[in-house]
Amino acid sequence: MAITREEVRHIAKLANLEFGEEEQERFTRQLGAILDYVAQLDRLDTREVEPTSHAGGSSEMRDDALGPSLDRDAALANAPESGRGLFKVPRVIG
Amino acid sequence: MNAPSRLGVRALRDRIAAGELTAADVAEASLRRIAEVDRRLAAFVRVDEAGAREAAASIDRDRKSGRTLGPLAGVPIAIKDVLCTRGLGTACGSRILEGFVPPFDATCVARLRAAGAVLVGKTNMDEFAMGSSTENSAYQVTRNPWDLGRVPGGSSGGSAAAVAADEVVAAIGTDTGGSIRQPAALCGVVGMKPTYGRVSRYGLVAFASSLDQAGPFGNSVEDVTEVLQVIAGHDPQDATSARQPVPDYRAAAARGAGGLRIGVPREYFPQGLDREVYEAVRAALAAAGRLGATVEEISLPHTDYAIPTYYILATAEASSNLARYDGVRYGSRAQEAHDLASLYVASRSRGFGAEVKRRIMLGTYVLSSGYYDAYYLRAQRVRTLIRRDFDAAFRNVDVIVTPTSPSAAFRIGERVDDPLAMYLSDIFTVTLNLAGLPGLSMPCGLTRERLPIGLQIVGRPFDEATVLRLAAALEPEIGFGAQRPRLPEETASEALP
Repeated sequence: MAITREEVRHIAKLANLEFGEEEQERFTRQLGAILDYVAQLDRLDTREVEPTSHAGGSSEMRDDALGPSLDRDAALANAPESGRGLFKVPRVIG
Repeated sequence: MNAPSRLGVRALRDRIAAGELTAADVAEASLRRIAEVDRRLAAFVRVDEAGAREAAASIDRDRKSGRTLGPLAGVPIAIKDVLCTRGLGTACGSRILEGFVPPFDATCVARLRAAGAVLVGKTNMDEFAMGSSTENSAYQVTRNPWDLGRVPGGSSGGSAAAVAADEVVAAIGTDTGGSIRQPAALCGVVGMKPTYGRVSRYGLVAFASSLDQAGPFGNSVEDVTEVLQVIAGHDPQDATSARQPVPDYRAAAARGAGGLRIGVPREYFPQGLDREVYEAVRAALAAAGRLGATVEEISLPHTDYAIPTYYILATAEASSNLARYDGVRYGSRAQEAHDLASLYVASRSRGFGAEVKRRIMLGTYVLSSGYYDAYYLRAQRVRTLIRRDFDAAFRNVDVIVTPTSPSAAFRIGERVDDPLAMYLSDIFTVTLNLAGLPGLSMPCGLTRERLPIGLQIVGRPFDEATVLRLAAALEPEIGFGAQRPRLPEETASEALP
């Protein structure tokens, strides 16, 4: 198996997700199968090949100029909880 | 809706402009058709009756006051629920975005509105566009109009089904690994993924930013051409949007197939390819030959590595993009959390479905310390090899033709428990996203069970024009145009005296 249950728990923590016992078991099995499958890339010698991060799309810098943006009320309109012009969250430090 | 939809985009717009039809009547026909069939199809997650009526009325007012109408004036269009629509909910098939109402339009949507299109609603999709069957939606399972027991493909299955069932004249989808082309194939409509950078991604809820691209669905090559003309072009709001000029696609599509060099990659016709798919694609190639194109076999040697490369890169990008869903600024929040850290974990664990979690986990794993080089960096290098395969092939041919999907529509439930089998549905389409190339799927026949088969035409970067040129020439030769699915309602009403 390409991945252990312990690793699945660790990755879940990194991803801010939590799983029950049964789900952990299923994910370990399914991720293991997918990782076994993608391991076929090891057959290629890629040491001399440059990586591609974007397929030819230009990626350009814009001028650092002020422009119109969302007003505060519109930006807050979808918040589960807001008040006094701010997003509200539970306390951060116990 | 039959009549307006079969008229097609251009004729419909011209008749509205000439005062022979009103946009209001066309919008009502679309809404009526949706009311009639969508209970069975479940293509739409949200129908905006008021918005559609208002937009149509405004077109009719413009005509009466003598204003020049836009190229899509009065054309009913559906939008995949992954593109932001101002004031109209956008949930991406996910519980985590339930109730989210975007304060702005995606650029693509804004351009459609400016061209006079009448937006009638938002279509169902696999959650965050992750899937090939539209079964992974948190809201509903969309059905294939050709056989209600089968999937419409995905992830833009709602848009493809809505067009196939004549609920709308055209629709917009997005394609990260085949999500426009594969459902187009399975639903018997035309769908196009433009070159990466051709259509703005501003307002497109991100899945894999280096692969995502929006594009049109229609019942004909002409309809897809008309919509592409409107949505293509540079947008300063998207840093990866290309500055290449947009040609006159209508003129390009009219040029005929004579003299085109078509490459047929042997890797896309593997042993065990469905016999009916093989024969339909071969028949289309023979038709291209009769039209004066030359057909030659080519090789794209790294094809077998495309699916593993795609699933590493797409999940890595997704794990990063989906980190933004935390229950703070928008979307659903788990109520019982006692501090910020548990709010994140609880909101995400509740809000995401199984496939999305699986991909976030895989993406987090391949980017994690100790595995980055072995998986992510290696996949980026293989991506270069796949792109080079196409660069080399396009030195000798103008377009490449393949099947769109290895099989016709599969049954609902058939692949849901086997992620790898589902991933292999995209085997002929993901390569284009990795290389950034434009690709179109058009129907090229029916199986004995009366299920559509798709033909994929691939072009050089930013050469959508040549893809449309071959597609437009082939369309009358293939002669699929008049065929439509027969929905149960129609059968029932036909049975009445």
